[in-house]
Amino acid sequence: MSSLNSSLLLSVSTFVFGLAALLYISALIFKKISLTQPARWIMVGAVLTTTAGVILRWVESYEMGIGHAPLSNLYESLVFFAWTAGVIYVGVEYKYKNPIIGAFATPIAFLAMAYASLSPNISDRIQPLVPALKSNWLIAHVVTCFLGYAAFAIAFGLSLMFLIRSTNPEKQDGILGHIPELDTLDELTHRMVLFGFLFLTAGIITGAIWANSAWGTYWSWDPKETWSLITWFIYATLLHARLMRGWQGKKIAWLSIVGFAAVLFTYFGVNLLPGLHSYGKA
Amino acid sequence: MKTVNPLWNFFISIKLTVVLLLSLAMTSIIGTVLPQNKNPQFYEGYGPIGVRLIEHLNLFDMYHAWWFQGLLLLLMINIVVCSINRLQKTGSLIWGPASDIRPDRFVGRKDARTLDDARDTEALIKSYEPLVRRWFPGCQVLRTENQVVIYGEKGRWSRLGVYIVHLSVILLLVGGLVGSFFGFEGFVTLPEGETTDTVHIHGTGQTLSLDFQIRCDRFSISRYENGMVKEYRSSLTLLENGAPVLQKDIIVNDPLRYRGINIFQSSYGKLAPQQQDSPALPEPGPDTEYHLHFLSKESGMTYTRHAKVGVEVDIPEGLGKFLIVSYEPQTDFHGRPLGPALKGILTPMEGEPVDVVLPIRFPGFDRMRSGDVAIAVIPPRPSPPAALPDEETRYYTGLQVTRDPGVGLVYAGFALMIIGCFVSFYLSHQQVCVVIDDQQGRRRVTLSGIANRNKISMQHRIEKIFGAMTKV
Repeated sequence: MSSLNSSLLLSVSTFVFGLAALLYISALIFKKISLTQPARWIMVGAVLTTTAGVILRWVESYEMGIGHAPLSNLYESLVFFAWTAGVIYVGVEYKYKNPIIGAFATPIAFLAMAYASLSPNISDRIQPLVPALKSNWLIAHVVTCFLGYAAFAIAFGLSLMFLIRSTNPEKQDGILGHIPELDTLDELTHRMVLFGFLFLTAGIITGAIWANSAWGTYWSWDPKETWSLITWFIYATLLHARLMRGWQGKKIAWLSIVGFAAVLFTYFGVNLLPGLHSYGKA
Repeated sequence: MKTVNPLWNFFISIKLTVVLLLSLAMTSIIGTVLPQNKNPQFYEGYGPIGVRLIEHLNLFDMYHAWWFQGLLLLLMINIVVCSINRLQKTGSLIWGPASDIRPDRFVGRKDARTLDDARDTEALIKSYEPLVRRWFPGCQVLRTENQVVIYGEKGRWSRLGVYIVHLSVILLLVGGLVGSFFGFEGFVTLPEGETTDTVHIHGTGQTLSLDFQIRCDRFSISRYENGMVKEYRSSLTLLENGAPVLQKDIIVNDPLRYRGINIFQSSYGKLAPQQQDSPALPEPGPDTEYHLHFLSKESGMTYTRHAKVGVEVDIPEGLGKFLIVSYEPQTDFHGRPLGPALKGILTPMEGEPVDVVLPIRFPGFDRMRSGDVAIAVIPPRPSPPAALPDEETRYYTGLQVTRDPGVGLVYAGFALMIIGCFVSFYLSHQQVCVVIDDQQGRRRVTLSGIANRNKISMQHRIEKIFGAMTKV
């Protein structure tokens, strides 16, 4: 029992994610669709390993006497992001039976895991919750936000595929030939954006309610809040442009890519901004 | 009548919506890059043109600037006008009678499925109607001279989803307005054992008197084994006319609410020892050597360094450098006097230098900055005493005090937004129609369906019904 811990499991799952991504990409590049067969099961394996790792980490935190859901710092959020993206991708492949999408979706999950595991700035130690995070809203807020982020990540992968495919939509052989039809990609992107938008909305709302119960204001224009709203505005634009003005195809794909850039900035970039907590007049 | 009004035409445009949403997205970036609500001197670093731009466009508080609020107002009008306009067009679809069913709309569709059946019309109705009823429980059979129509529909109300979302946005904006006009956000610093009814309003220097008093009976901190803070707890008593009316311990995430006023645990600090027992100690001056405590947020460790004005010190754990710039005999925070303080510059290893103020009487003050390191000044003493045990230290608690009568509207907006998004993304108005035409001894049967959204799943449903029809 002592040798099997969550850190080990999650390190293993990083490599399993990597292997699945490698197989999906190879299938695309070497035009060997058969490679996606094992890739799918390895991907399922990666998701299951991560699930076990996350649950074990949760249990370990209770054994340490500081029990809390493993959603409390950058490391844990990255792992959860990879897990969510993995689950959504497996669901998409199961429903739409188009394994080549994996070449664009699974690397995102792998990169998140690799960044969490390998970056020297990210500590994977289980730490107790600071007072600000001790709230029932923690789980609801983080889970909804990351469901949204993960769906947008997959929409981003699909939009990239769309743009690559649209360079030569008629081609039926070669790498391009294996990418799904433009209409399918467009529809799938839209579905992912809808799903992501619903959960981003829920994420912002749970965050606002939490802020109101912890600090007494539901909105204070802090950079993270503002960037999540910017992201929301971009995807709201996408939905309106598509539904009301009939935008499709490339324009939507580009908007979805810009939207995902805003997601990334909300997630990581905000930390790079100059310290904005001010004393007011000092 | 609406078409002649150019203003109305301007506002029913979805182009306007897209432009407004993108403008809001882009301008919002400014306030995340340019620090907000700093004092005027801070912005002098942006050069004369920058300063004028910042002043004219209120960029130092851009989310409350006239032009940003104007964009929000335009968006609100745009939403209202578009919704009214669309409701006028589609209202009859939602509330109109179901009787004006036009079978030709269904028969003429490219994806309509047909089959011929020799049985007589009544037998066909008997076998097909239950199949439609399975998915569309309210379906009806309409007979005309040589045509029978089995028509089912559901989810008609789901067309309202969009309006629910739009209404929710209006509620959020109105709720925000109500809060900013009739609410306040303020701050109270309250030493243990003391009572106050005065709240300092954020950012304005104004104060406000509550119609009850807050007394802090006790403040305590509990820690985890590794030294990280587990809980900040203030035991508060509310008094009206000197008589206690409510007693509650508040911690972060568990505030006290009383008569529309919310009181939150926000910060804390230790009262400087000379305030407690030896008030006669001479005030420190600019030439004194100060003891600085650096509390690392990451590790929870505290480090002590000695420094004089103008001498830079390195902070352990690679947290950067700290330079004491000056000694100020009198400083204030939101209009409340803080007494003497050191002003300094904290330069992290990565990122921009930060101006820091360290009031000598309030060593916990810098924690409010929520930086990676919190700095405290411990004033020089004639004989350095042993660290006081926790129970003998006297604390002050920092309370956030707010009132926001708009919260109800905002929360209603939140609920409607989630419901509206779900309805308009995942539910659809579905109509299905089986038309039985009499044609010389045979019956031609046409099956077709329409959905305003999720057309693919509608097609699957039609295939299922058609499969069942051919099996019968």
